[in-house]
Amino acid sequence: MSAHDLHAGHGDHHDHDDLHVTMGDYVKGFILAVILTVIPFYLVMSGAIEDRATGLVVLGAFAIVQVVVHMVYFLHMNGKIQGGWTMLSTVFTAVFLAIAVAGTLWVMYQMNAHMMPTHESAPAVSQPAAADTAAPAVQAPAASEAAAPAPAEQPAHGAHGSN
Amino acid sequence: MSDIRHNAGAAGALAPREYHLAHEPHPENGTSLGFWLYLMSDCLIFAALFATFGVLGRNYAAGPTGKELFDLSLVAINTAFLLLSSITFGFAMLQKQKKNVSGTLTWLAITGVLGLCFLGVELYEFHHLIHQGATPQRSAFLSSFFTLVGTHGLHVTFGLIWLVTLMIQISKHGLIEANVRRINCLSMFWHFLDVVWIGVFTFVYLMGVL
Amino acid sequence: MSGNTTLPNDPLIGRISWDAVPMAHEPIVLWTFIAVVLGGLVMMAALTKFRLWGPLWRDWICSIDHKKIGIMYMILGLVMFLRGFADAAMMRLQQAMAFGDNLGYLPPHHYDQIFTAHGVIMIFFVAMPFVTGLMNYLVPLQIGARDVSFPFLNNFSFWMTTAGAVLVMISLFLGEFSTSGWLALSNLGNQSGSTGLDYYIWALQIAGVGTTLSGINLIVTIIKMRAPGMNLMKMPVFVWTSLCTNALIVASFPMLTAALVLMSLDRYLGTHFFSNDFGGNAMLYVNLIWIWGHPEVYILVLPAFGVFSEIVATFSKKRLFGYTSMVYATVCITILSYLVWLHHFFTMGSGASVNTFFGITTMIISIPTGAKIFNWLFTMYKGRIKFDLPMMWTVAFMCTFAIGGMTGVLLAVPPADFVLHNSLFLIAHFHNVIIGGVVFAVFAAINYWYPKAFGYKLDVFWGKCSFWLWLVGFWVAFTPLYILGLMGVTRRANHFEDPSLQIWFIIAALGAAMIAAGIGCFLIQLVVSFFKRDQLRDESGDPWGGRTLEWATSSPPPQYNFAFTPVVHDIDAWWDMKKHSYQRPLTGFQPIHMPANTGAGVVISGLSLVLGFALIWHIWWLAGVSFAAVIVASIIHTFNYKRDFYIPAAEVVATEEARTLQLARHV
Repeated sequence: MSAHDLHAGHGDHHDHDDLHVTMGDYVKGFILAVILTVIPFYLVMSGAIEDRATGLVVLGAFAIVQVVVHMVYFLHMNGKIQGGWTMLSTVFTAVFLAIAVAGTLWVMYQMNAHMMPTHESAPAVSQPAAADTAAPAVQAPAASEAAAPAPAEQPAHGAHGSN
Repeated sequence: MSDIRHNAGAAGALAPREYHLAHEPHPENGTSLGFWLYLMSDCLIFAALFATFGVLGRNYAAGPTGKELFDLSLVAINTAFLLLSSITFGFAMLQKQKKNVSGTLTWLAITGVLGLCFLGVELYEFHHLIHQGATPQRSAFLSSFFTLVGTHGLHVTFGLIWLVTLMIQISKHGLIEANVRRINCLSMFWHFLDVVWIGVFTFVYLMGVL
Repeated sequence: MSGNTTLPNDPLIGRISWDAVPMAHEPIVLWTFIAVVLGGLVMMAALTKFRLWGPLWRDWICSIDHKKIGIMYMILGLVMFLRGFADAAMMRLQQAMAFGDNLGYLPPHHYDQIFTAHGVIMIFFVAMPFVTGLMNYLVPLQIGARDVSFPFLNNFSFWMTTAGAVLVMISLFLGEFSTSGWLALSNLGNQSGSTGLDYYIWALQIAGVGTTLSGINLIVTIIKMRAPGMNLMKMPVFVWTSLCTNALIVASFPMLTAALVLMSLDRYLGTHFFSNDFGGNAMLYVNLIWIWGHPEVYILVLPAFGVFSEIVATFSKKRLFGYTSMVYATVCITILSYLVWLHHFFTMGSGASVNTFFGITTMIISIPTGAKIFNWLFTMYKGRIKFDLPMMWTVAFMCTFAIGGMTGVLLAVPPADFVLHNSLFLIAHFHNVIIGGVVFAVFAAINYWYPKAFGYKLDVFWGKCSFWLWLVGFWVAFTPLYILGLMGVTRRANHFEDPSLQIWFIIAALGAAMIAAGIGCFLIQLVVSFFKRDQLRDESGDPWGGRTLEWATSSPPPQYNFAFTPVVHDIDAWWDMKKHSYQRPLTGFQPIHMPANTGAGVVISGLSLVLGFALIWHIWWLAGVSFAAVIVASIIHTFNYKRDFYIPAAEVVATEEARTLQLARHV
């Protein structure tokens, strides 16, 4: 079996974007990625960041920057390869991702806030009745009270009263 | 080659136009772009899983929390394995560029070993959690944790199967055009998995202990 | 029997048992089965008699030719349409008779499966295949290419879609289908242990793989394979709508995949994503599934808009008015469709701010569509209009769809939706836009492009019968539903107490009967046209005076589409060529590089079908084996490097010379 590719006669129609990658790109990217990984880990493991809001902002920022580093240095992303379509589809995806994630979080938060029973108004007794008509719910009633999903920023209530 | 058809010029006809080229054009190969689009769709699956984790990630159902469960030093080791595997894949690509088959295969093998280490650590972590009673069925938090991290791990697994297959194919046929296309795709896939991992260690593990 | 949750669990055959065979106790299913078996035997006998098995396998099943795959999609859509319509007819009949003491002939459990199957089949296995089939057939031709970018994936996508359809058909005779509605919303029994929801999940997951890959395929084709000179703003509008549709497919189907995976994890592994306890949240499923669900309806309707753009221009003998605004409108719709999904569950309690936001975005999205309608009207204005069947369907669409769209804007107002959500008004609305938009487009497209695909036009008389029965039948069937909805009648009910409603349901049933007659006339149209094909023959390749490149080829086109790739100078490339007295080259033909047929697609899809079946019936050993087989078969396929061949120059010469003679005869 010949290793001769069928396209050989056409002057090699390889991807015009068979990019020339360099060692420098990979090393730079790697070093940046390491830094951008070590710092967040250190910040959390040492206890320098303790509350979620700060964590979200700071760690999120590091994550976004590192994603960009990966895109540029490892994935060689720029606005010119594939006629700019790679960049366009990435931007599209990022936008849809943001809409889907942010939209879901917003909608679900609002729904939980409006629709889930609060502990003042819903005695544990009422839960099992609902559970009976639903799926074979084998869990004990106590669990359903503990299971009331809380909005993201509030601690979960439970028998242990955590947080 | 083909005659260029000039307009015979009917009465009052418009100026002639050429409707064929002297040499048949060959469309550009679409594999890289196509694979990138597949990666974008994969990215959106992860988006759904991240959104799910965002919604359910604090629903502990009076069970164990991230703070109690996550061993961040283990996660750091795992992150190191994956990041290293990214750069070793990069070295493989440099070898490919130089058309060096054995160099390519060597670095691919090393990448594979690092990937296996990553999976091994992750499987160990999962086993440990389950052993403690922190199963996917324990709470919505754990369901979404195992699914998100597990899906990433499944992708790594498929990547490794692909890597082995490609190594066989490169050793059989060399760095022919088809194999070059394939290793380009695997490279994109591998780096993409590292990108997803950034999201995982940030929003699942680091945020999870806060 | 209702909701049997105590299915057996045998290591060899999983949950299968004689109880799972509904025809043992349901006559309707029994007779259907007998009919299917007889029909299948007749077909197999015919194939054997005419020695067609070989050609069927080689030239169709293994074909990677986008034209053949497009035709197969259309056939799949048509076959499944008959099943989906049968479901609809059964529902209309039941609802027309079941009042007070009369319980009708469909008990609730059966009725629930019928409306679920109706929705699932119509969306996933009728509308999607039709739309995909049209895009598959037309896009390469319209951009001057020889095939799509990934011909093997194209074949594979088709067979995966078919595998999903087969699973749904199997559910009729083994086990039962889902009772949870076409989107498996939690409150209709999705936690039950029966096989129904599992059939649903795996049919959609398998078909979903096919659709997503097809989306990627067509996007890359449009980006990479356009003829020289055809920059983006010179593409036919149908190609633009295809590009946007496929972008929506790639961007939205992952959400469906994820939501169904999470649901299957809940069912198979007892996780707590959507459960009522342990922190699960059923509303999350609704949210995720509609993030897919809304773009899905635009996936269906955008190609329809593209079809109408082509037809309006051709039959008005005028360039489409406002090409640029059409393109921008399409892109706007694409992006906005991702911002409206909550309007499907205004009533689920997300509060005023959320509802307001999504209500406004929903109203905004009607604007670009309105712009399109005006563009079509302005195209017709001062055109030399010919009311052939495609144009008749187009005008019917414009009237019907506009009204349906308006009821949509009405529903977009959250307070109004609180009254009308899940009422028959909603049913009427979406049937109005899907039938008026997508179904009418499919009929228009079939009448328009049939001569291109098969070499002869469709019979006009039977086509007109079908048209009028459909148009009038649709309005007779659905206007009562609007009225009933405004009176407060809920959807998905199989029995009513208030006798004053019955007259409306009877009228609706009459409308359904008219539509049935319309479908019958359409089938007759196909048969009659086949027998009259010599009289209806199209020799020119351009029976309507078309404007786009597919009309530059013979009817049907040769395997390679174009002997020489055309160079494009203007919008409506073929019209431009005709204006400049284009002469077909008669010499200098070269061998043409084409992709080779392969059986790998149908094999891997078949194995996926087995995998799905095994998962549904909890036959774990089979699931494991078939899963491994899918992987192994795929890997083996990648070891095949010989995927293309050359059509010899002599063959091209012969084909083109035959074409030259044909054109000479026609003149």
